Amino acid sequence: MSKIIQVGMADLKITRAPDRLMTAGLGSCIGICIFDRSIKLGSLAHIMLPSSLQAKNSENKAKFADTAIEVVLDMMLKNGANRHRLQAKIAGGAQMFKFSGESDIMKIGERNATAVEENLHKYRIPLLARDTGGNYGRTITFDPETGDLLVRTIGHGERII
Amino acid sequence: MEDFTQLSGLQLDALKEIGNIGAGNAATALAQMVQTKIDMTVPRVSILPFADVPEILGGADAHVVGIYFTVTGPAPTGILFILTAEKAGLLVDMLLQRKTGETDIYNLSDMEISAMMELGNILSATYLNAMSEFTQLTFIPSVPALGMDMAGAILDAILAQFGEIADHVLLLETDFTKDEDEVVGHFFLLPEPGSLQTILTALGVSY
Repeated sequence: MSKIIQVGMADLKITRAPDRLMTAGLGSCIGICIFDRSIKLGSLAHIMLPSSLQAKNSENKAKFADTAIEVVLDMMLKNGANRHRLQAKIAGGAQMFKFSGESDIMKIGERNATAVEENLHKYRIPLLARDTGGNYGRTITFDPETGDLLVRTIGHGERII
Repeated sequence: MEDFTQLSGLQLDALKEIGNIGAGNAATALAQMVQTKIDMTVPRVSILPFADVPEILGGADAHVVGIYFTVTGPAPTGILFILTAEKAGLLVDMLLQRKTGETDIYNLSDMEISAMMELGNILSATYLNAMSEFTQLTFIPSVPALGMDMAGAILDAILAQFGEIADHVLLLETDFTKDEDEVVGHFFLLPEPGSLQTILTALGVSY
């Protein structure tokens, strides 16, 4: 029996096929899927912020792009993934609010996306596909069996990347 | 105070009283705008991990409209008025004095968006006025920011601001109801961790 494993905000999980990973309502947050197709092992991290370095409280490693990728990488390798076969797909990083003036709240999605890409690059994990930006939320489901990432939205269609 | 979980019963009651008075005024203003009787629930104070917040709104997938304000002054806070898409459409119909069901929430005109933001303006201003009188602190709301989408998506953009300091958020929640128990919307006050001490001191219930 395959299960769909829920990943909450500032949370991360790993699983093997046939189970799938799902996170609902990504706004400025980003869902990062790092996976090893050959052993059908996949992960999903739902990060909120670009960097743990500026944070006063960085206890929850799943909250930040830099620490979440570090933790996921470690978990993947411990579960038998080959470092050179790791690949990634990401979604989210939207700008949710209109008319929000000069506030930082507007740019957080973009900063998240940049930070995720930089960190993936740092660990030399190729980014196969991305569905980031825009001004709408995304619910995503990752299938480690196929490496498909299903992105669902309200009013902006549905796609597999 | 950095840790919300250390609040005493007395302090929680003082916060609820703010919610009561603030939301009471806001409910009156809302009732006048839509010319319908609006009731409110007893305020709830919840201290929640980020991941649990979307559940209050019917899950991270639920389609909602959120009107958000950042509030500056001696005790910075956030205000979020959030309601389901369906109820938002209903409120817009009432505001513009039209027949129920005329507003297409998936395709709002500028006029309809403006009506909704004005609604947010009035609710937050009345809420903050009451808070100011109660605490003698000044609260200055920003212009409204409007978001229409999945509850989780609306919330994470807001919670990200709190995320650098905390893993939990303090929510002071009041629900507005119409016709007995049909929930119209949720009103949240999200004080920044440092602000809570300022507010509690002003209320005479600091440590």
